[in-house]
Amino acid sequence: MDLLRFITAGSVDDGKSTLIGRLLYDSKSIMIDHLEALEKQSKHKEDGEIDLALLTDGLRAEREQGITIDVAYKYFATPKRKFIIADAPGHIQYTRNMVTGASNADLAIILVDARNGVVEQTRRHSIIASLLNIPHIVVAINKMDLVDHSQDVYNNIVIDYAEVAKKLNLKEVKFIPISALNGDNIVEKSVQFPWYDGPSLLELLETVTLEQDIDLTRARFPVQYVIRPQTDALHDYRGYAGKINSGIYKKGDAVTVLPAGIVSKIVAIEVNGKEVEEAFAPQSVVLHLEDDIDISRGDVIVKTDAAPQVSNELEVLLCWMDQKPLLSGNKYLLQINSKQVRSVIKEIDYQLDVNSLEKIPHPENIGLNAIVKATIKTASPVVFDPYQELRSNGGAILIDETSHVTVGACMIQ
Amino acid sequence: MSVYRLDYLDQLESEAIHIMREVAGQFERPALLFSGGKDSITLVHLALKAFRPGKFPFPLVHIDTGHNFPEALDFRDALAERIGEKLIVRQVADTIQKRQLTEPKGKFASRNALQTYTLLDTIEEFGFDACIGGARRDEEKARAKERIFSVRDEFGQWNPKLQRPELWNTYNGRINKGENVRVFPISNWTELDIWNYIKRENIDLPSIYFAHERTVLEYENQLIALSEFIQVEETDVVVTKKVRYRTVGDMTCTAAVESDASTINDIIREITATKTSERGETRIDDKVSEAAMEDRKKNGYF
Repeated sequence: MDLLRFITAGSVDDGKSTLIGRLLYDSKSIMIDHLEALEKQSKHKEDGEIDLALLTDGLRAEREQGITIDVAYKYFATPKRKFIIADAPGHIQYTRNMVTGASNADLAIILVDARNGVVEQTRRHSIIASLLNIPHIVVAINKMDLVDHSQDVYNNIVIDYAEVAKKLNLKEVKFIPISALNGDNIVEKSVQFPWYDGPSLLELLETVTLEQDIDLTRARFPVQYVIRPQTDALHDYRGYAGKINSGIYKKGDAVTVLPAGIVSKIVAIEVNGKEVEEAFAPQSVVLHLEDDIDISRGDVIVKTDAAPQVSNELEVLLCWMDQKPLLSGNKYLLQINSKQVRSVIKEIDYQLDVNSLEKIPHPENIGLNAIVKATIKTASPVVFDPYQELRSNGGAILIDETSHVTVGACMIQ
Repeated sequence: MSVYRLDYLDQLESEAIHIMREVAGQFERPALLFSGGKDSITLVHLALKAFRPGKFPFPLVHIDTGHNFPEALDFRDALAERIGEKLIVRQVADTIQKRQLTEPKGKFASRNALQTYTLLDTIEEFGFDACIGGARRDEEKARAKERIFSVRDEFGQWNPKLQRPELWNTYNGRINKGENVRVFPISNWTELDIWNYIKRENIDLPSIYFAHERTVLEYENQLIALSEFIQVEETDVVVTKKVRYRTVGDMTCTAAVESDASTINDIIREITATKTSERGETRIDDKVSEAAMEDRKKNGYF
């Protein structure tokens, strides 16, 4: 069985939580006791019906305010696939939380209110999906019941969104008319849309092809930990433990250890304590090299035939995630996979208006949730690939060295 | 499915191993909190995969409330011995005495809340900077919001409004002195995933997870094991039934479920068909309020 991670972005008004509630409810993934708790809470509301939106709001503050603040993870499975939902807030003041949820998603569901069409928020969510390079986009045109299930309304939104997708270079976009409230086209195909011949949302989620999402050509293995038992029996055992982020490693492969650039050969690969001939992303493995070289946490073992970039100057798109403003000249720790290096913000080129995609040159005040293009200089060379080409080796976080808080997310260009 | 595509259980396994190795790489004094339940037994199994043939870079730590099922304690000791790893046990009873805490009273007086004191004392005693735990996000809605690396202040408190962004598979384990990080490698596993994994990997479990005869007290539709830790009154209905445990916590706050499931396959069949959640069916301590778990976590509970 396969695993699909997807993100739903939107505010309660878009019917996002209702949509998730509906997916869980109609796929019979909600347990009776959770439903009972829901009924109890729903009674506090006026309409008397079960409020499926309450299912996803996990924190007291969220229930009180009727909004989603932080990402909640929800799980369900059908006989075809297991699903992990990152349920993220849609308001602009929680952009960083959406970015967090989007970073691991294979697919994004962008909710559009059929009455309003493509609006500022649709653009913002699409920009984030594009920045974070989410491979699959599903535009769910919701509240179709409120526009008489009109094909014209649907078609116009599809045409409008196609413009956005083109501008953002979104790779794979699918459209689907739904009514989350009534369950139309969520799990079962609805009779309300005789003019729509695509799958229901769940069918779509079950059948999206994921095989191409992991790059199997550019092999990247960041070393996390060195296993050295140093016992009598295993005196010379020295295994490099880590997770293959992309690519395939075979016994006998020529490899280069970066950033040092030392060349060696794989003599053994262990998966779960057993020797194997080959291993591939995203397996956690132990690699053994022919030569006795100094390798430690943070080094990257790559296949010599497809090398990444190594540089101490990075051009990045940066999502700022801290209350304190981002200032040129500030120093942070930059972490990419298992590597941490000191870094300094050398230059801030422009700020990206997340609603219009407009570039604002030399921005003055870069606050929480701002997205900017910046140049970062690091104290030692960093091994990376451009984020848009290889997601698993192009994303880095910035850490405030004094508070230790994660303050930024960088997509390396 | 192509040759180079991992099954979902392999994906979850690899993610968990990666997280454990991040702990080993980032912290000086980590610990694995071991309760004797299936989730922490699964963690031990994953740690074996992450670090063998080396030793674990952390000890197993058990906070013993004194109200545990004897079967779980025997299992714990046997497991630690079999894998040859260090086990540290600290008793809630000792903390009660040392810190002059008040024992909870009542019919099912539970030391569940007092565990937090012993845990925090133990963290301080050994200077642990990271504690690996077996919590899963599908268990409860406050947990659904928690990060994989969850920073706690020196009082062990979780602040849900100040969680660090956690992107990709990049975990920031840097902390201030006195703080510690709770790490949850199986955050993304569901109850059914755990059982399917236990089956696939042939992992041993304490016997109480399987159907057995037990004398229980029927109380508000829940079956509580008869033990010296609960008060039985004359009006109570005490029966002997075939039961199993879906979760293993304290004898005072874990309910049994009626079951004939004597093998893993039977259990998986039952869980697939069940309509009630794990905690809803078996945890007496969660029912107090809508935000019971959120409140306990804020106060340093695991």
